Amino acid sequence: MDDREKLNRLRWRCTRRAMLEMDLLLGEFLERIFPTLTPEQADAFVVLADMEDLELWPLINASRECADPVQAEVVALLRNVRVK
Amino acid sequence: MSKLTIPVRKFDAVIVGAGGSGLRAAIQLSEAGLKTAVLSKVFPTRSHTVAAQGGVSASLGNSEEDHWHWHMYDTVKGSDWLGDQDAIEYMCRMAPEVVVELEHFGMPFDRTDEGKIYQRPFGGHMSNFGEKPVRRACAAADRTGHAMLHALYQRNVRANTQFFVEWMALDLIRDESGQVLGVIALEMETGEVVAFHAKATVFATGGAGRIFYSSTNAFINTGDGLGMAARAGIALEDMEFWQFHPTGVAGAGVLITEGVRGEGGILRNSTNERFMERYAPNAKDLASRDVVSRAMVTEINEGRGCGPNKDFVLLDITHLDPAMIMKRLPGIREISIQFAGIDPIKAPIPVVPTCHYQMGGVPTNYKGQVVANDGTPVKGFYAAGEVACASVHGANRLGTNSLLDLLVFGKSSGDSVIDDLKSGAIGLKALPENFADRTMARLDRLNTQTGGADVNATRLELQRTMQKHCGVFRFKEMLVEGVEKILEIEKAVARTEIKDKSQVWNTARVEALELDNLIEVAKSTMISAEARKESRGAHVRDDAPDTEANPNGRDDLEWHKHTLWHRDGNRLDYKPVIMKPLSVESIALKTRSY
Repeated sequence: MDDREKLNRLRWRCTRRAMLEMDLLLGEFLERIFPTLTPEQADAFVVLADMEDLELWPLINASRECADPVQAEVVALLRNVRVK
Repeated sequence: MSKLTIPVRKFDAVIVGAGGSGLRAAIQLSEAGLKTAVLSKVFPTRSHTVAAQGGVSASLGNSEEDHWHWHMYDTVKGSDWLGDQDAIEYMCRMAPEVVVELEHFGMPFDRTDEGKIYQRPFGGHMSNFGEKPVRRACAAADRTGHAMLHALYQRNVRANTQFFVEWMALDLIRDESGQVLGVIALEMETGEVVAFHAKATVFATGGAGRIFYSSTNAFINTGDGLGMAARAGIALEDMEFWQFHPTGVAGAGVLITEGVRGEGGILRNSTNERFMERYAPNAKDLASRDVVSRAMVTEINEGRGCGPNKDFVLLDITHLDPAMIMKRLPGIREISIQFAGIDPIKAPIPVVPTCHYQMGGVPTNYKGQVVANDGTPVKGFYAAGEVACASVHGANRLGTNSLLDLLVFGKSSGDSVIDDLKSGAIGLKALPENFADRTMARLDRLNTQTGGADVNATRLELQRTMQKHCGVFRFKEMLVEGVEKILEIEKAVARTEIKDKSQVWNTARVEALELDNLIEVAKSTMISAEARKESRGAHVRDDAPDTEANPNGRDDLEWHKHTLWHRDGNRLDYKPVIMKPLSVESIALKTRSY
């Protein structure tokens, strides 16, 4: 799979989720912040995006913390996303 | 001989959609030994059923006396008497059985001290035919939908259901007699188009709330089943009825719970007036959902909306103690910051009435069989859940009845497939020679279109038109104009253009194909709403006000009937509401008041 195909697959998995909140946040993140991530952070984001919404949402609304330090960096960026 | 051939896979049954109803139907079929395929645009546990938090209703009577007949009464009344009483009786009678079955599938329901399923009260659910609230909702904390999907999915894995994940169904296959012979679907990973040739096809594709600009629905809810059914010549029933929630974040649609007003939140217009005092002097901001929504729309329509476009009102909690907000409403603060860019401790939240649930859909009977206008089943075709109109929700759905609908009609549609196979009513018929032509022509048109319309811009125009012309409070002239506008937008949808022509993971193509479905839902909604000249349940018209002859604007003499919209020529016809239940006396028409 080439980079375009991988990115499109990630876009689908970010914007066709169970909860609207996550469609909006991950979609916005993918467009604005994902291109600025380090390769390690990008990999961590793919792992986060593969989580189910009710696993990921508590990390984003800060009711749970990430054990993995790189994931925690990405989650911190996700917490700062403002959907407008 | 057709020029176009595509690969064909054969199954006993193909189910489109892997939310609650699709998974429940699949259990029935796979456990009966049928070779069953489930197609889904996403991994099953990512279906929108996850977003249902409140619970599933059943008259178990674990906490206090309850009876399915009381549940039935509440549902008929909630539906504003538009629900079919045979289907409503069936659903309410089956509720305890399907809930206990789900428990046996491993659903982690909350428990009472004695170990029974814990039940809590929920709006509109009463004991003794409307006397007082009753504890009828069974829940798994605030994760009921999520837990339900997991339990159903695990059971399917055990039963060897075959899942086709990240596949989008494109069209129904019907033969000359009208029998349904499967679907044509697109695999996103390869771009391959495949026919799923089956003895039975079950639609469990969910709702289409994305036709509105402001919607609580996830992006996945594009009404794919409705679009496919309409293109295949199946009428859509009661599409004018959509449930709205008064407080979605303007622009984003994310829900702000009623609890915010419960804690003292106040709605204000552009003059900073607490306008609910004029509309509901006693209940004020805590009036019922429909009253609050209509008041908000009236303020916006009369020019007292806020923001540069004057298109929202404000939900103000700045007068509340910040410590209390942090303690009692922490999630709401996060949501407001992330989705409105506003800290509600410092500034009010912009809100608008927001689409939440679709009551209409593909017409079915209580057995989950899709039915033609005369009530006879369409051979080989079944539907359950939000895509279907059984009709148990009529003009307005009661909370917790949506998860119940999934379980009951998911199961009954599966049982009907099994019965119809046994009786020989359905079987594997040969595919017509040209079965894929229309679908392939649609894909070909999309691939070769030049100088066409942009998909995102066209979808946005569709959503804004639906919101403005056919929202929570409806006006005659706006509806008439809305019909014209939506038919114009249909022309743009017919000539959408995508720049990316590749095969593998071409999400632009998928989004264009989703728009083909949204437009069918939008047309059916606008045209059905324009035609229904009364107010009933969630369909409220300014020109059908509350009078002595027509309380709440409901006109039973003229409009106590189901709408059927036909795609061909946008033709409407009507069929009677089934007032005769299966075993009890009919619940006679009455004014709906709480």
